[in-house]
Amino acid sequence: MIDTNETVAQAMERQAAKSAKFLRQDRLFAGVTLSFASLVLLTLFGILVSLVVQAWPAFQEFGFGFFYSTTWSPTDGNFGAGIGIWGTLVTSLIALLVGVPISFGIAMFLTESCPVWLRRPLGTAIELLAGVPSIIYGFWGLFIFAPLVQDYIQPWMIRWIGEPFFGGPPLGLGIFTAGLVLALMVIPFIASVMRDVFETVPAVLKESAYGIGCTRWEVVKNIVLPYTRVGVIGGIMLGLGRALGETMAVTFVIGNANRFSLDLFDPGNSIASTLANEFAEADPTMHIPALFGLGLILFIITFVVLSISEWLIKQGEKKAGVK
Amino acid sequence: MSEFLSDQGVNVALKVRDLDFYYGTFKGLKSVSMDIAEKKVTAFIGPSGCGKSTLLRTFNRMYDLYPGQRAEGQILFHGQNTLDKGVDLNLLRARIGMVFQKPTPFPMSIYDNIAFGVRLYEDLSKADMDNRVQWALEQAALWTEVKDKLHQSGLSLSGGQQQRLCIARGVAVKPDILLLDEPTSALDPISTAKIEELVFELKNSYTIAIVTHNMQQAARVSDFTAYMYLGELIEFGVTDELFVKPKRKETEDYITGRFG
Repeated sequence: MIDTNETVAQAMERQAAKSAKFLRQDRLFAGVTLSFASLVLLTLFGILVSLVVQAWPAFQEFGFGFFYSTTWSPTDGNFGAGIGIWGTLVTSLIALLVGVPISFGIAMFLTESCPVWLRRPLGTAIELLAGVPSIIYGFWGLFIFAPLVQDYIQPWMIRWIGEPFFGGPPLGLGIFTAGLVLALMVIPFIASVMRDVFETVPAVLKESAYGIGCTRWEVVKNIVLPYTRVGVIGGIMLGLGRALGETMAVTFVIGNANRFSLDLFDPGNSIASTLANEFAEADPTMHIPALFGLGLILFIITFVVLSISEWLIKQGEKKAGVK
Repeated sequence: MSEFLSDQGVNVALKVRDLDFYYGTFKGLKSVSMDIAEKKVTAFIGPSGCGKSTLLRTFNRMYDLYPGQRAEGQILFHGQNTLDKGVDLNLLRARIGMVFQKPTPFPMSIYDNIAFGVRLYEDLSKADMDNRVQWALEQAALWTEVKDKLHQSGLSLSGGQQQRLCIARGVAVKPDILLLDEPTSALDPISTAKIEELVFELKNSYTIAIVTHNMQQAARVSDFTAYMYLGELIEFGVTDELFVKPKRKETEDYITGRFG
């Protein structure tokens, strides 16, 4: 209903009162969301500070050497993060080297050449695979996968590739197997992100490329990948993040040996795996601070990885703009 | 109707015979037969959903990308039925280029947008490639506007320029036929006029098939016009005759605006 007796001045007054109330609500809303958002910063800062404080005794004792020393000996209280860093980085690298091409192939098949009836079942299978708890991967890796690697893959690689990285002996458990299990774990993540971003490419853009005679591969290489670069890097980094921090599955298959070796078939250890295995019976004077130090390093590694991915994305944007 | 073009004294670039097209179970084209004249402009008009874009997309078999879409009948191109299994689709599409409703520059520089398609089928030296890129951009009447920024992204151009870039890209691979699917429907009147002039120029060297919603455009740029309705080819003839003296009642209703 329109109140025909209301003057313009009255209408303005009425609206002004309401408007003041809206303004207050808006400020309240902004304040509440700000406080939620600051929770993120507080948590991040809190974790960082507590890690540094707890790890401090270890840094004081071992100095800069803590970051590269490959001695990790709880019995004589001598600690260095070298083995853990090496194990973490190398297993993650293997995971990406094996996992990224496979994920790319899966995503390309799903978006470009998969028959319609297979699309849904295959997509669902990938999502299910992403949901399998890591303990299952570890368990399966230890009892089923590692013996297979030991019997079939390792002997072959020792014979044909060999030293320095694949010298042997074929133990089944070790850095290499851990990397393979991690690859299986990150594939569903990377593949589903890649599939999602590949699907964002406008059909007409792909059609124009097919329209000048491109093959599927040429379309993917020259149109789909440049168009989705940011998302693809994001997906890979998501996988890398998971691989770096994965604890349970790695602990099962990495061998948990605190001994440094270049040979990837030898047992080793990763940061997350060391933490999980040793916290319970660690001695508070130096062992616990050393473990905190390891945690801090893992934190820094993930931070660096994130920064590198941001940088890669920025570089890519620059390149796309002016070649 | 099929012997109609030879009476006109022109060569035939594409012979379409009894073409049926299916989207799954829906029949999108019903027994279409017609000839596309060489180095002439053939326009396709008709209300939305009449099958004119569908027909265009059978010429380069773009529909093949989508499962469930299929065509039956014959489309003869240099004596070969392009609907046959085993036809080299990449080659076919290099011979029959296509420009779409919305400009679709590739996410790369202006230069590479042109050079990309050429590199697929030819190994040119740097100098030859430079010449080809310039030639294609000149053909598309875009050279003077972009010659100082060839290495900027194709996306940095205006909509009308982007569309001409796409035409240049199509021309650069030296196709026989250019398919234009409503090439001006996303453009302003000035860019539209430029594209229409361009079509007029291009028909000296290429066979052009253009789908348009705009009857005036069909009347302005084409030599032959096909009127389609509900998947059928209702009337096909010389543009001037079809617009002035349509033979079929349905055509007359459509072009006089009583329908559609």
